[in-house]
Amino acid sequence: MNHPQPPETSDKPLATGERLPKTELKDFGPEAVKEILAIAAKYPDKLAATLPALHIAQRDFGFVGLDAMKAVAKALSIPEGHVFGVASFYSMYQKHPVGRHHIQVCTNISCALRGAAKLLEKVSERTGVEPGAGPSADGEWSVEEVECLASCGSGPCLQVNHDIYDEDVDEAKLESILEGCKRGEYRAWAK
Amino acid sequence: MAIRTKPDHQRYTFEGFGSAKYPNLMLRGAGDLNNWPLAVYESKHEGYAGMRKALQMEPGAVIEDVKTSGIRGRGGAGFPAGLKWSFMPKDTAERKFTRYLVINADEGEPGTFKDRAILEYNPHQLIEGCIIAAYAMQANTCYVYIRGEFLWLIEKLEAAIEEAKAKGYLGKDILGSGFDLEILVHRGAGAYICGEETALLNSLEGRRGEPRVKPPFPAAKGVFGAPTTINNVETIAAVAPILRMGGAEYAKLGTPKNTGTRVFCLSGHIKRPGLYELPLGVPLDFILNDLAGGSSTGKKIKAVIPGGASAPVFSEKEFSTPMDFDAVRNAGSMAGSGGVIVLDEDTCMVQACLRLIRFYAHESCGQCTPCREGCNWMEMILHRIEHGQGRTEDLDLLASMTPNIAGKTLCALGDAACGPMDSILQKFRHEFVHHIEHKTCMVSGHRLLAHVGAH
Ligand SMILES: Cc1cc2nc3c(=O)[nH]c(=O)nc-3n(C[C@H](O)[C@H](O)[C@H](O)COP(=O)(O)O)c2cc1C
Ligand code: FES
Repeated sequence: MNHPQPPETSDKPLATGERLPKTELKDFGPEAVKEILAIAAKYPDKLAATLPALHIAQRDFGFVGLDAMKAVAKALSIPEGHVFGVASFYSMYQKHPVGRHHIQVCTNISCALRGAAKLLEKVSERTGVEPGAGPSADGEWSVEEVECLASCGSGPCLQVNHDIYDEDVDEAKLESILEGCKRGEYRAWAK
Repeated sequence: MAIRTKPDHQRYTFEGFGSAKYPNLMLRGAGDLNNWPLAVYESKHEGYAGMRKALQMEPGAVIEDVKTSGIRGRGGAGFPAGLKWSFMPKDTAERKFTRYLVINADEGEPGTFKDRAILEYNPHQLIEGCIIAAYAMQANTCYVYIRGEFLWLIEKLEAAIEEAKAKGYLGKDILGSGFDLEILVHRGAGAYICGEETALLNSLEGRRGEPRVKPPFPAAKGVFGAPTTINNVETIAAVAPILRMGGAEYAKLGTPKNTGTRVFCLSGHIKRPGLYELPLGVPLDFILNDLAGGSSTGKKIKAVIPGGASAPVFSEKEFSTPMDFDAVRNAGSMAGSGGVIVLDEDTCMVQACLRLIRFYAHESCGQCTPCREGCNWMEMILHRIEHGQGRTEDLDLLASMTPNIAGKTLCALGDAACGPMDSILQKFRHEFVHHIEHKTCMVSGHRLLAHVGAH
């Protein structure tokens, strides 16, 4: 749950009636629908396939915008309202576009004790994007501050897209991670 | 699918680990990326011996053996596993039940990174534990709910499940016992609250991860309306060695009411962070100083969070506490998930407190007003103290809030926020006062909050 800050501590006004951005894709392809229905068949109730289907939507659409949510509802024949509610609850479903390399930096307590704040600033500086803001102009980078990734003993840590974490990240390691991104060494964010 | 080849820097061992005094039951082969396959588990780590033994026994006798072992849940609450299993209804002549076993691999508690090591290095130990537990409770389906970020571990567990199927350890009529079991992996999507067992069930059903009203408890009405038992990864993985060695033998480890070993996760300002599997009841200061080398910064250790971020903090006088469920509780905290977070004396406790409370405010599911509004209020008040806008009456305001949150919500997330809040405010009140009077930190060796982003 995100709530507005009180006026006396806020440094940003509330976002005005923002709308979810549009995606190019409007619906799943037949292969994806088959994949989703196969997953649904594994559960006693097809509703249980909502989360897996949203993961597939994110893979195919790039992010979970309104069209992706509607496509999930249609594929599973479940109410759109249910899908909207679920998609907006979980933080891994990106409701806005992300960069080709989406860098998620843990800033929770253990990582913070080991320098995560500096790392986040460095990542932001090197990629030129603010955490939580949209992707860079070239579409290459986006940065997100995330909660504990379960790497606390080897923090600070980050995750690029859905790949295996990078741990004990110092400045030198960050450079090699960014290089690795450019060389295409990380699992792609989406199809 | 790709199995991990990227090296892992985590520390999994210490001097003396693997001896009779510090037996290695949970971390065999940890650190060796070639350790995970079934063949290695069977040839090097006595793999599936516990399962073979269990399948020869009556299901009820397996539950009894787990009761005898005395093992308490490693996920947070420390509830005796055997007792929990015995709550599952049994078939009668009139009524047959569909029962489910659900494994909690959400590992979201800040400071905790142990379940991940089991999934990475010993997925078969978890599978073996699942077979034993499911057999004991006569559940034919087991769901493993894994946090969404662990995609590579999901793929590894699925590969291990395929191996076990091919060997006849999963599927129909396992090793001729007449018992069937299927294990399905379910990927989460980034919500700490889904670690709470009933929120996890909702998430598994494809809903928002909102905790349920209890009763009915999951043993009566769990996932898909059927009787369900939820256990942590480490609890279930420990069942494999328990059956192998026998519950009575396992119970000799640790202390009488806190048996066995558990995996402590050391992080923060500690020289040798990592995983330490130890018998319960080892004193905290022995772990910190003798095993993990003391502070990493050369500064004194000021505070320790002994059981994951939700546990009230210890200050120096509690450092000699034996690390078991009861002793840690008696000392005013909780052993929780085994995450031990170390803070040195240069750490500003107001910042640390804000960092923790922001997490709870962010992760509150929003169902219960005390937690949704309360955590958020606490964050806002701490934010203004940290940013030099604090008022003297803020401290009383903070102290008056926690009794209105803790115990007044459906699940323990509200309590989890109040534990650190109360304990930090009580034990380090002078730092808050300094902040309010001087509009700046009393100590500022480490900056815990970033200067970028939407905060
Ligand atoms: C807010 C909250 C978060 C939790 N997160 C986890 C978690 O990530 N992993 C876990 O195993 N248990 C977690 N728990 C504890 C579970 O509710 C449950 O007690 C546990 O999975 C039971 O397993 P055990 O008896 O084997 O410990 C959490 C509890 C709460 C209240
Ligand atoms: S605090 Fe960063 S991974 Fe746990």
